[in-house]
Amino acid sequence: MKFFGYTIAACALAIGGAAHAETTVKVAYDADPVSLDPHEQLSGGTLQLSHMVFDPLVRWTQDLQFEPRLAESWEQVDALTTRFHLRDGVKFHSGNEMTAHDVDWTFDRLKESPDFKGIFALFTDVKVIDDDTFDLITSEPYPLVLHTATYIFPMDSAFYTGTTAEGKDKAELVKHGDSFASRNVSGTGPYVISEREQGVKVVFDRFGGYWDSASKGNVDKIILTPIKEDPTRVAALLSGDVDFIAPVPPTDLKRVGENDGTNLITMPGTRIITFQMNQNRVEAFKDARVRMAIDYAVNNAGIVERIMRGFGTVGAQASPAGYLGYDESLTPRYDVEKAKALMAEAGYADGFEITMMAPNNRYVNDDKIAQAVASMLSKINIKVDLQTMPKAQYWPKFDERAADMMMIGWHSDTEDSANFHQFLSACPDDATGNGQYNSGGYCNAEADALMNASNSETDPEKRANMLRQLEGILYNEAAFIPLHWQNLAWGARSGVHAEDIVNALNFPYFGDLVVD
Amino acid sequence: MLAYLVKRLFQAIAVMFVISVIGFAIQDNLGDPLRELVGQSVSEEVRQQLRDELGLNDSFAKQYLRFLGNALQGDLGTSYFFKEPALDVILKKLPATLELVLGATIIIVGLSVPLGVYTAIKPNSIISRIIMGLSIIGISIPVFLTAILMIFVFSVELGWLPSFGRGDVVHVWGYWDTNFATLDGWEHILLPSIALASIMLPLFVRLIRAEMMEVLESEYVKYAKAKGIHPGRIYFVHALKNTLLPVITVGGVQIGTMVAYTILTETVFQWPGMGFMFLEAINRVDTPLVVAYLIVVGFIFVVTNTIVDLIYGLVNPTVNLARMGA
Repeated sequence: MKFFGYTIAACALAIGGAAHAETTVKVAYDADPVSLDPHEQLSGGTLQLSHMVFDPLVRWTQDLQFEPRLAESWEQVDALTTRFHLRDGVKFHSGNEMTAHDVDWTFDRLKESPDFKGIFALFTDVKVIDDDTFDLITSEPYPLVLHTATYIFPMDSAFYTGTTAEGKDKAELVKHGDSFASRNVSGTGPYVISEREQGVKVVFDRFGGYWDSASKGNVDKIILTPIKEDPTRVAALLSGDVDFIAPVPPTDLKRVGENDGTNLITMPGTRIITFQMNQNRVEAFKDARVRMAIDYAVNNAGIVERIMRGFGTVGAQASPAGYLGYDESLTPRYDVEKAKALMAEAGYADGFEITMMAPNNRYVNDDKIAQAVASMLSKINIKVDLQTMPKAQYWPKFDERAADMMMIGWHSDTEDSANFHQFLSACPDDATGNGQYNSGGYCNAEADALMNASNSETDPEKRANMLRQLEGILYNEAAFIPLHWQNLAWGARSGVHAEDIVNALNFPYFGDLVVD
Repeated sequence: MLAYLVKRLFQAIAVMFVISVIGFAIQDNLGDPLRELVGQSVSEEVRQQLRDELGLNDSFAKQYLRFLGNALQGDLGTSYFFKEPALDVILKKLPATLELVLGATIIIVGLSVPLGVYTAIKPNSIISRIIMGLSIIGISIPVFLTAILMIFVFSVELGWLPSFGRGDVVHVWGYWDTNFATLDGWEHILLPSIALASIMLPLFVRLIRAEMMEVLESEYVKYAKAKGIHPGRIYFVHALKNTLLPVITVGGVQIGTMVAYTILTETVFQWPGMGFMFLEAINRVDTPLVVAYLIVVGFIFVVTNTIVDLIYGLVNPTVNLARMGA
């Protein structure tokens, strides 16, 4: 347990200023943040924590628009420069004033982070104009400046400067092992951490000096407990031991929704689940007709309906609705007869044998989905030898490209279409890191050219056309087998208005949570 | 006696050494720790760099010797996830697990003796048949299922008891926070204790019953009956005492097994003990923590077995410890 001086001061302030009874919300997630350092790991847990203890420059709204947070406004100065104007009078938990220098400091630290530096690869500098103004500079015209700004959570540079009692640099970013920043935190966010026992609980207290007085959020204390087991997490909500849970497993959706006193909130997610076909291992997969046949043989609507119990959105491409590259004219393909015809046309009427691998604890129902796909493929005479395994063992296998068909789910860190292609279907290239998760070895120069062009096209209209064209190529060539986007689900006690704070990114904005 | 203990100490060290070799040998099969340490879109180059820093690219022998060198100085490595020495992490989680084992032991001892004795004395009564029937069910249902069923009955449907966690604990000493000092703490430990006891209780009821029935047939019990001694005294003093020897032997082994069952119970109840921690460590490929846990559990096994042997000597003076250790 750790108490920090300023935290106690902040609590005293909050208690002194509040005449109403304290509102506490107990939250149960399947995991808790690995570290208090916002730059240590790029993961959902870290970003969730960042939104509670820090504030980003801008953030996403429920309909995937940008909402000003610490940056009040911004404008494009020239092709490479975006000028941001910071909100005035924002204070860190330590009491320090937040200025453009903190943004500069945070940016430099992000560029050092192994996890985050990839996202900031095209960003060269933050130029401080004055305390409230700075320029964000890119090396080439870049359409995703605001997307990336959602990852800049200004840190308290004065708080993180200096050395600890043991003589360690407070700013130090340590991926494995102890550091000042992994245990101490000062941000501008709505909550301060008053108590933390890793893997057991984190207690958040409302920050008395929070700048956003317009926020309707009225929760004074949040107790976050990780509950790993799905049935226990659901039971904790149903029995009233906790007020808010995420995720709700598909088997319990109905129960949480129909139970008196609890509400189910769902939203289409943005993580696409796919299968890749390895052309370097299986000669037949080089033939687009064979890949197409597989796409026609897989009944993704059936998988969503029966295995996912409707808890997914049937997909025919990587980009979910709302992304620039989403093309609604691309529809899921399912026609076993046509699949057989395509196989015959390609000279594989008698089929062939392949191996398949999938994780069994990474995506919702991943192993069952793989089993279903394997049995669907048997109908077009492709005999599948399926192996499923825990994710810890699966990823090394994936890196080895150890099977002919492998499952991979992907969520775009930039909330942008080009990211899917960059990692999943671009020509594999060690130098650029493109195609890092392209276990299929699919490679199409035209598609890559479109991706590259889109990455420096700042006109949204033109860019959307390029990305849609890109999705069209992948669809027509059956570059991979898209299955569905996993939906998101949260469960909340009645009176906890979770529906107003959730979003497709799965970081509920707890600062704005209203409880009756 | 002293020679015996010294011998046992060397045995413990040998056991822990063997476990550490095995633990180290299997760690490569657990998966790649880097996957859990960095985000998915981090490049292979950065990952290799971190792997170098962690020394994971060194040969098995080099890694093991480094581990052994540190272990001799009491350092079993640093957990990737907790960022603390693995031994500290385990010691912090140990009291919660021991309290849970204690709770289950109280239930097992408190119930198995009267139930075992009763079913032995009245083997054909309805109640005995019900007890024996229930014990079959108890032994056949897996612990995690019992636990989930209890949560749904007592927490969700009836709302009597909390569904997860330790609740209010009171700090006692060092890393030891206790559940037994507050009502809330008692409420939280009840269901996990019953769940953990559910697998062992039937075993002990059956064991005591079988032993007891055998003893009741013996000459001295018949003689005592003939002499007109009060049945209560015959059953609970003369007969029970002689059934306890095998029960203690089995009990000692089972306490070790119970530590293994805490993994399931703690996971379902989100009990912050070392069993839950171990399962999580495997999922996160936190190899230093996994290896340290195996070594600590090995140590616990050796210690409990030593204690059982000592108690054995106390209960049955004919057992010669010095010769047993030889």
